[in-house]
Formats: sequence, structure tokens, C-alpha cells
Amino acid sequence: MSTGEHIFARIRAGLGRGPLSAETVAQLESRIAAHAPNLIPARSRVPEAERLALFEQMAEEVGTTFAHAASYADVPAALLAYLCEHGLPEQLRMSPDAALGRIPWNVEPGLQIARGRAEPADLVGVTPCFAAVAETGTLVLVSSGERPATLNFMPDTHVVILAASDVFGTSEDAFAKLRAAHPGGPFMPRTVNFVTGPSRTADIELTIVRGAHGPRRLHVIVVRDSGAPP
Amino acid sequence: MKITSHAFKANAHAAMGNRTLRGALERMETGGFSAARVAAVARLPEFDELRDRAVEIKNHTLAHLDFYLERFEREVLAQGGQVHWCATAREARETILSLCRKADAKTATKGKSMVAEEIALNPFLEQNGIAPIETDLGEYVIQLADQPPSHIIVPAVHLNKEQIADLFLKHHAQYGKTERLTEAQALVGEAREIMRQKYIDADVGITGANFLIAETGTTIIATNEGNGDLTQMLPKMHIVISSIEKVLPTLEDACTLLRLLARSATGQESTVYTTFSTGPKRPGDLDGPDEYHVVLLDNGRSGMLGTELQDALRCIRCGACLNDCPVYRSVGGHAYGWVYPGPIGAAIDPLFIGLEEAADLPGASSFCGKCEEVCPMRIPLPNIMRYWREQAFEREVTPLSQRAGITVWAWFAKRPALYRRAAGIAVAALALLAGRKGRLRRVPFAEGWTAFRDLPAPEGRTFAQQWRAQARKRAS
Repeated sequence: MSTGEHIFARIRAGLGRGPLSAETVAQLESRIAAHAPNLIPARSRVPEAERLALFEQMAEEVGTTFAHAASYADVPAALLAYLCEHGLPEQLRMSPDAALGRIPWNVEPGLQIARGRAEPADLVGVTPCFAAVAETGTLVLVSSGERPATLNFMPDTHVVILAASDVFGTSEDAFAKLRAAHPGGPFMPRTVNFVTGPSRTADIELTIVRGAHGPRRLHVIVVRDSGAPP
Repeated sequence: MKITSHAFKANAHAAMGNRTLRGALERMETGGFSAARVAAVARLPEFDELRDRAVEIKNHTLAHLDFYLERFEREVLAQGGQVHWCATAREARETILSLCRKADAKTATKGKSMVAEEIALNPFLEQNGIAPIETDLGEYVIQLADQPPSHIIVPAVHLNKEQIADLFLKHHAQYGKTERLTEAQALVGEAREIMRQKYIDADVGITGANFLIAETGTTIIATNEGNGDLTQMLPKMHIVISSIEKVLPTLEDACTLLRLLARSATGQESTVYTTFSTGPKRPGDLDGPDEYHVVLLDNGRSGMLGTELQDALRCIRCGACLNDCPVYRSVGGHAYGWVYPGPIGAAIDPLFIGLEEAADLPGASSFCGKCEEVCPMRIPLPNIMRYWREQAFEREVTPLSQRAGITVWAWFAKRPALYRRAAGIAVAALALLAGRKGRLRRVPFAEGWTAFRDLPAPEGRTFAQQWRAQARKRAS
């Protein structure tokens, strides 16, 4: 008997039963297949028009900052303004994401953009965003060849480009979007990062300090008209 | 870590005389997580209902634990990862060592993991030539101090800024850092800078898991610093060490439990980072580990199923029971003498290290019930402690003097008339002995009390007498 089987045997002995019947197994399989949401807090069920405001309120509480762009064409100016305001370098590392690539970055020639995974010297990272959760002010970032997860953690400043239409009520909604993107097949990317504010720690005398190991600053540029990028 | 649970009473005495620790425990009480938890719970009207749902989910999962673990394993394999089953702490240590050797590892970065503490992984890796590097700031501090964690969530909460400043000065000179920093912000900044290179140089990254998802073969960690992420994405091998009871059926079930975890732990709406990891690096990915291993540890947990201890398997390690426990708040975590302190430690430590070693821990409770009240998973902690006390009595672990005392008391308690008369005599005698002062400096068999304070003397009548008098008054 392998160690795994040995552990299963002990589990069954503890539960006072043998292997599960085919009927029970079918029930359990269908519970997974249904993956039904459980209780959803009322807070998250706001009308669509108020969802973005709730998201921003919850995210600002934990130190996320915001800028707004009317459309994707206005994102470069919003990004440059943020970098200037905080005295940050205009060199940045961006996800090699096709949609981000279609933004007309050349309207701001000051921005020096490198694409790829994060390197240790990168100070500013710019990434797209899969979804956002209003209930807790959370960004949902998914990894792929176009979206290396190192960009979410290594640069000191993380700038996220978020389409207003990608703001959902709950994390369950964000997972529903992920499931819908891969119907019937495995849908989980290697990494899904829920990010709720900049990195922090309270390990020294319970004093909250930002920028423990991840980004010190988390800035979101919300694109209101989120039609496809030009 | 060296187990000192058998010396709980001596540890507790020493702890209460430790001024630095007193300062730390006072900080916890005034600016700590307990008040933040109350505020966070008040903001979520559905909190209690979510607790009920979470208990149902976890009970359902535990009742079908074999099914969900098998499904979890199948999904991890399907995503290109590997699962390693370990019945004992020793098997888990050896499995992790052989994985590290396979990766030809010299250093392994580590995210915070209580299971890694449970199996005493760090000293074992060190003995075998692999340097474990704790990356969570609190864990890093206690690694420098060569101490075990004193809290499940904030492992270095017993140390103050001055002590941490001294540790950094001593250990960071090798990196050319010779200035003694004293501000929290500056200390965090220095640790961050030093740790960056270590993440990059490490061959293996080891993290724990808060939850495992059967549906997708996903492991989840909830953190605030981001260290757990850098630990798992930069080295070529990611090892997850988890115990078997952490599995949940679906992502939606995890969403429900996540609503309880951060609120109960620190009073946050959500931790800063909640990371869902599924398998190794995919084709085309620019980062992520080449290999993904999940080490699943039983270590006696399967034996808790079907017993009085099964409810403790619902624990999500939020630490709320520590933060609100009057005993923990008086003696801190180290006094408990093993990995899991506080009420949850009193409930599960006897199973891991033996009742002989841990018999005093279930006794370290006033049964005020606060731990059960704040537990998001509604674990009946006082009942479990009572169970261990009974076990200790039955297995004759309890000292003879206590056993004799309980036997004598029980003999009287079963004879109410005699009990009342004896109590009346005792109360009158104590009142007489106390005299006008109304206090007793010393009482036979109660030195544990009178060594530190006087015993206020009874005023001449027993509880039963007063109760009857009151009932008569109300009736008339």
C-alpha cells in the first residue's frame, strides 16, 4: 500500500466507513461541477452604476490610488502625469500584452517602455487587469505568456490599467469570468493574483509599514470607455 | 524546536515577569488585532451567517476527505505538478530534502508556513547542507534571533523595535549595513533590500497553503507582504507544504472562507495578496517555476476524524483565539512550549507531542469561552480542552495531588446534603481565620493563589445558603 492509500484508509477508518458508493461519488462530482456560489454579502450587490465607486472606495481605504482616462487613448498622458507627480523615472516595464500594445504610447515620447517579465532593476511596472472586485477593492491579475506575474511584485511601483467594465461585485463573479473564458476545459492560469492595496507588514511592533516585499505604490488607471483599444 | 510544554507553569511564571514581553502583549491589547476584528465584523452584517456556511462547507469536506484529496491530486497531476503523500513529519522532511537535492539546491527561500514549523523543517535542511531563508519579515526576524514563532500570524510579536534593530545590526554587517536603524519603515526597507537578491539566488521556494482546491488542483496562500509570491515565482522549483485538512471542494467555497480569514486574523477586509497557484510554468510563460510539488502531510490528522477532536480540523489558522485569550494575553506564545500556542494549541498540541508533554496546556484556560466566541469556524475549543483534561485524569497523567483533590471533591459533590454542610463549615472556618481584615494571607492547598495575592475571605455564608435566602425573599 502506498503512503497515499494508507492515509486514505486511515481517513475512512476514522469516518467509520469504507470507500464511497458510486452514488455518493456522483453527488460529490456534481457538487464540484455546479461550483455554486455560497452566501454573497449584500454589500457587493450594488447597481452597476455604483460598482466602480464602491471598488474605488474600498481600494483607497487600503492605499490604492486612482486616475481616470476617458478612453485608452488618454492612458499614456495619465501614466506620465502620475510618474511626474511622484518623481518616478519614465522608464517602465510593461506586460507584453497585445491589448496594451495597441495603446498609442508614442503620443508621449518621454515614456521609455520595455516589454517582458520584471527584472530586478525595474522601478515601474505596468500591467493590464483581468477583473476587479468591488466588495473588497481587489484587483484580479492572471498570468500568461503576455502577462508575467513578476510584474505584479518586483517593481517598486505597480500601475494597473483597468477597464471600468471589468469591475465586478465579488470574487465569485471574477471566477465566473475566468470559467467563461475557457468553457469546459481547465481554466485556471498558473497564477491568479488577488491584489488589495500595496504590500504591507505589521511584523514590527504591529506598526503598519507599506512596501514590505512587493510594491510600495499601487496605482490604477481606470479607463471609462473600455471599447477595444485603438 | 525544543519542546518545553511540560514546563508550561514555569514558562508562564517567567513570561509574566518579562518586561519586554509585557510591553509586546500590551501593544497587542491596545493597538492590536482584536479590536480590528470587532470593527471588521461589524462592517459585514452577514458575518455570522458566513460562519455557518463555512462550518457546513468544512464539515462536508471532512466527511468526504478521501474523495476531495484524490480529486485534488488528480488535478495537480493533470496540470503537470506532483503530489507527495507523507504520513509523518519525518517523511515530509525527507521528501522536501530529496526534492531540494534534485534541484541541486544550496538555498531555499521560504514563505510563512506553520506546517513547516510543525515538521521542524529548517534545522533539518540546515543539518543537510541546505540554507533555509525565511522571507516573511516576522519569520526572518525570529530566524535571526534563533527563536520559534510566538504567534500564528505575527511570529515576532514578542520582540520590540530595539531588539529587532540590534538583530539587524548584528546580522546585516555582512551586507555592509553598519548603521543601527530604529524606525520600523527603515528596518523594513533594509530587510527588503537584502531579501531581494536571496529570492533571485534561491534554487527552491517553499510556501505553505491556506487552502487547497480539489476542483482545480490549486493551492492558495493569503499574505500581506508579497514574500510568498516572490518565493514561489523566482526559483526553478516551487514546493508547497500543506496538511491534508486544508482541502476545499471549489473556488467558490474558498471565496466564502476567505471572507472570514483576514477579518478574523487582522481585521482586514482581505489580505493584500491572495494567490492561487496551479501547476508549474506553462508553455510560453515568461516566469514561474519549472517544477511544482505539493507535499501533503497527515501527521495524525486522519486519526482526529470521528473523535472529539474532529472539529479542530476546521481551523483556518487565523489566530483570533490567541488574540482574545486572557491566558495568551498574559503569558504570550512561547510559554506554550510548542508550535501552536493559545487555545487552538491547547486543543491540538497534545495530539502532536503527546498528552504527557502537553497536559498543562488544556489546563491553561479559565473556560471563559472567548476563543469559541471569536472562532470563525465555531470550533468548540473549551469542550476540546475539557476532553483533554478528562483524558489526562483517566490516563493518570494528572499529578497525584490534583487527582486526589478531585476524587475527594467528587465524593462530596455526589452527596449534596453532606457537601452543603462541609461547605458551610469551610466557609465559616475561613471567615473566622481571616478575622477583621477579611483577607487570608495563606491557605493550605491553595498556595498557588496565596503566593501572589491574599484570598478575600467568604463573608460567612455559602453560595447555596445565599441562593436559598434570595429565593425565599422573592417568594414572600
